[in-house]
Amino acid sequence: MATIKDKYAIVGIGHTDYSLNSGRSELHLALEAITAAIEDAGLGFKDIDGIVGDHPSRVDAMTIGSALGLRDFGFFIETDFAGGGVPGGLLHAIAGIEAGRATSVVCYKSLNGSSKLTLPGFSFAAEPHELGFTRPFGLLAPAAYAALAARRHMHQYGTTSRQFGAIAVACRKHANRNPNAIMYGESMTIEDHQDSKMIADPLRLYDCYVEADGAAACVVTSAERAKDLRQWPVCIMAAGQACVPCLSRWTKDPTVNENETSYLARQLFSMAGLVPADVDVLQVYDDFTPLVLMAIEDMGFCSKGEGGPFVEGGRVVWPDGKLPLNTSGGNLSEGCIDGFNHVIEAVKQLRGTSTAQVKDAEVAMVCGATGVPTSGLILRR
Amino acid sequence: MWCDWCAHERAHPKEVKIMPYLAGLPVPESHVDYEEFWQGCRRHELVIQRCKDCGWYRHYPRPLCPKCYSWNAEWSKVSGKGKVWSWTIITHPIHPALDDMVPYNLVEIELIEQEGLRLISNLIDCKPEEIYIGMPAEVVFEEVNPEITLPRFKRTS
Repeated sequence: MATIKDKYAIVGIGHTDYSLNSGRSELHLALEAITAAIEDAGLGFKDIDGIVGDHPSRVDAMTIGSALGLRDFGFFIETDFAGGGVPGGLLHAIAGIEAGRATSVVCYKSLNGSSKLTLPGFSFAAEPHELGFTRPFGLLAPAAYAALAARRHMHQYGTTSRQFGAIAVACRKHANRNPNAIMYGESMTIEDHQDSKMIADPLRLYDCYVEADGAAACVVTSAERAKDLRQWPVCIMAAGQACVPCLSRWTKDPTVNENETSYLARQLFSMAGLVPADVDVLQVYDDFTPLVLMAIEDMGFCSKGEGGPFVEGGRVVWPDGKLPLNTSGGNLSEGCIDGFNHVIEAVKQLRGTSTAQVKDAEVAMVCGATGVPTSGLILRR
Repeated sequence: MWCDWCAHERAHPKEVKIMPYLAGLPVPESHVDYEEFWQGCRRHELVIQRCKDCGWYRHYPRPLCPKCYSWNAEWSKVSGKGKVWSWTIITHPIHPALDDMVPYNLVEIELIEQEGLRLISNLIDCKPEEIYIGMPAEVVFEEVNPEITLPRFKRTS
């Protein structure tokens, strides 16, 4: 099978401020991020001939193409599953270029996640489909799904709330260096985490992501074309999507070895020709701390059930930890841009421009949400 | 196995009155693939879709068996007995309509018929601190309205 390894690059990134209330429309935010990314790449609007958006989409790809006045864009698509799907948008961009339908593709995500109640899929309308098996019982918000999986992980492996908290505290420490993070200037100790109110036992407030308004975008083109552009290109070593048949639709069984995230990681490492120890900095979709811990296990950074001890003791904390995690603060503290903020941060690390810069970072890994169909990237300088 | 949340065995009442639980939440809408499940609930029977060829139970219901790719399926009445696979207590109302409902419990019940055969439901007769993983439970039916009956669970010894 032909490989896409090292054939494509991220040549431009852009994002808005992340806030609790943007005061702008999602289209406005998307265009701010996209135009910044195109300018960062040193390209003109007319060079863009492919657009990859995100579903559930608040601003679809056609609307963007129209707003940018693009006449000849021959490739547009929206990825699915929000936080699971965002890194996979870059795989679609590559597919569009490989198919000869585009040369430079912009990928974006825009949401007013804080100022509007836009929890994925949440509504009180009568529900068709399988949600009828969950909503009448009060399984309404993503936190409830995460709580059921977290409780099971605690039961099976003895994982503790303080271990979940270690992830939240690490992300907050990183956000405290990032002026664009919503929680910039707000410190957090493990005691603060333990004192935060219960949301869905065992999830406390500080185990949950910060809803945000904002947008982020990047431009993908061939490695060949990237050589002539403004920025030092960040090379895409591997890009993938993963979905496995689930025995139970409802929650992630944290004891099952074969799941979407483990399958994704195997694909990515195999495509890149790397192993977990080669990763210098890790960006994992962090809607809820227990799911980050499970994703770290699933990706093979530690064994099943070892996630709790693994994240304790500073291993994921910049600058001294061996595997700095979510160095911009992630969804937990920077603000949730559905995981596009993780892609941006990975690129910044490899450009050497992060606010929590990992020394000599060469390889960055991005992993989308776990427990849903997911996607990810391995990038190198 | 280790679990600091597993409570001690406690006495429980013999008769449990089925009270409305979480009244006001959205009810299931009719859907051709799922209708038999909800009809079963109306008859106070828990019926789960089962592959006629390989015998594998599947929930939620789907037209094709993902194990053996058979289209032959039946709706099989199950015992309604199972154990708590995981649980949570929802304390934060994510919507104003939930203000008066929290805190409430949410459980995932694994039925005895098959490993991994799990339903989302609620325990109607337990205080939050009484629920533990592995707690035996069985189905009870709550008639929400003339069309909709929901399967909830109560503890068993």
